[in-house]
Amino acid sequence: MSKKTPLYDVHVELGATLVDFAGYRMPLRYQSETAEHRAVRTAAGLFDLSHMGEIFVSGPGAAAALDYALVGNLSPMAVGKARYTMICAPDGGVLDDLIVYRLAAETFMVVANAANAATVHGELVERAAGFEAAVEDRSASYALIALQGPDSQDILSRFTEAPLPDLRYYAVMAGEVAGVDALIARTGYTGEDGFELFVSVGDAVPLWKELAGVEGVTPAGLSARDTLRLEAGMPLYGNELTTETTPYEAGLGRVVKLDKKVDFVGKAALAAQAQTPPGRRLVGLVAHGRRAPRKGYPVVGSDGTPCGVVTSGAPSPTLGRPIAMAYVDSGVAESGLAVDVRGRREPVDVVALPFYKRS
Amino acid sequence: MSVPEQLRYSEEHEWVSGLDNEDGIVTVGITAHAADALGEIVFIELQAGEGDTVEAGEPCGEVESTKSVSDIYSPVSGEITAVNAAVIDEPKVINDDPYGEGWIFKVRLSEEPGDLLDATAYSKLIEES
Repeated sequence: MSKKTPLYDVHVELGATLVDFAGYRMPLRYQSETAEHRAVRTAAGLFDLSHMGEIFVSGPGAAAALDYALVGNLSPMAVGKARYTMICAPDGGVLDDLIVYRLAAETFMVVANAANAATVHGELVERAAGFEAAVEDRSASYALIALQGPDSQDILSRFTEAPLPDLRYYAVMAGEVAGVDALIARTGYTGEDGFELFVSVGDAVPLWKELAGVEGVTPAGLSARDTLRLEAGMPLYGNELTTETTPYEAGLGRVVKLDKKVDFVGKAALAAQAQTPPGRRLVGLVAHGRRAPRKGYPVVGSDGTPCGVVTSGAPSPTLGRPIAMAYVDSGVAESGLAVDVRGRREPVDVVALPFYKRS
Repeated sequence: MSVPEQLRYSEEHEWVSGLDNEDGIVTVGITAHAADALGEIVFIELQAGEGDTVEAGEPCGEVESTKSVSDIYSPVSGEITAVNAAVIDEPKVINDDPYGEGWIFKVRLSEEPGDLLDATAYSKLIEES
């Protein structure tokens, strides 16, 4: 039985197509996923992300615990800042990608993917054991509503006194929004400017209704979220990132802070990986034809030899062509590549990520 | 989800109209339920063209949406007499009007159609899915 987010009834009321995702009943789309995608690129979209995990690490040793548990360097981060990072296994495999917010000197909020929240919580408990830090999974207490798109700041400023123009990308502040207490973060997963609002479960419906009531705000589902993040070249755990992939293959070696002064889980394995060129690397693909490469489709060379695999793919509303991310073996010539779309070779170009960058 | 009374349906979510036509030519499309489950359709291809034969229950094309791709199965056997060029050009028409402008192809029946479902049986099928 899938769990429901605090906004479940709102989604049903809006006539959303619902799907099971990471143990939750989530809106896939409300109307047209392409229209929702475009709304986020040109105006603003509203997302329910309450399935995400919020794990708090607090105490005098919280920063040190996270420095040990994660690949990032969290202790020098200022209060009110956020960082994209990862939690890796001792062998360097990626257990999850995370955003860590420093809410106070001794309080961090770790936001994990819904499917991995229990794993991340368990690992953090174990890894923080030797530190003066408490780890608490507060996912059930928080709803997460994201307002994403170029008009987000204008819209949100109608509901809050918080100085939004001063809130930089990857920063967070506490504030009141539409009369409810929120953590206001300038983060997102769409490639646009936008905000993520962490609120108490009981405040989710009134906050959603206020924001959704604004003309120019379009409720957007997981389908649009997926094409938006794909265009923005952002990895999705389970697709581009798994326990079988290393941060270096994914082009995310910069996230691994090998130079931090302390030891951390996975350090030895990751240091060794950093020294060796990865056997494969994540690339962007743009298809010549109309067929979209999909997750799991083989990438083949000009002579038809398999040389990689697609991790995510979809028709791109912004580019008007199918796009994909794929792992391609190192040393393979980039010209003449194709994707095997159900038995047929569909030519693709290798392009630099991201596919889309906001102007 | 709309399931028109006068149509017949396959378990693979195609509809058939015109089974009573004297010329034996029927029209085939995919149901509103299927179109909705697929999401916005961006590509459709038939492996068979006008004059080719199709077999009931055999795949004869592919339909691709923003989220997924699936086969189109012919619900009847016979010879294709027409393909809707408008939906090949603009597949989203299938989402907008699955039982009307979104028809996909016409077939001159070579044999009596087998186990097609009526609207009641098809409604039951999609409720249970």
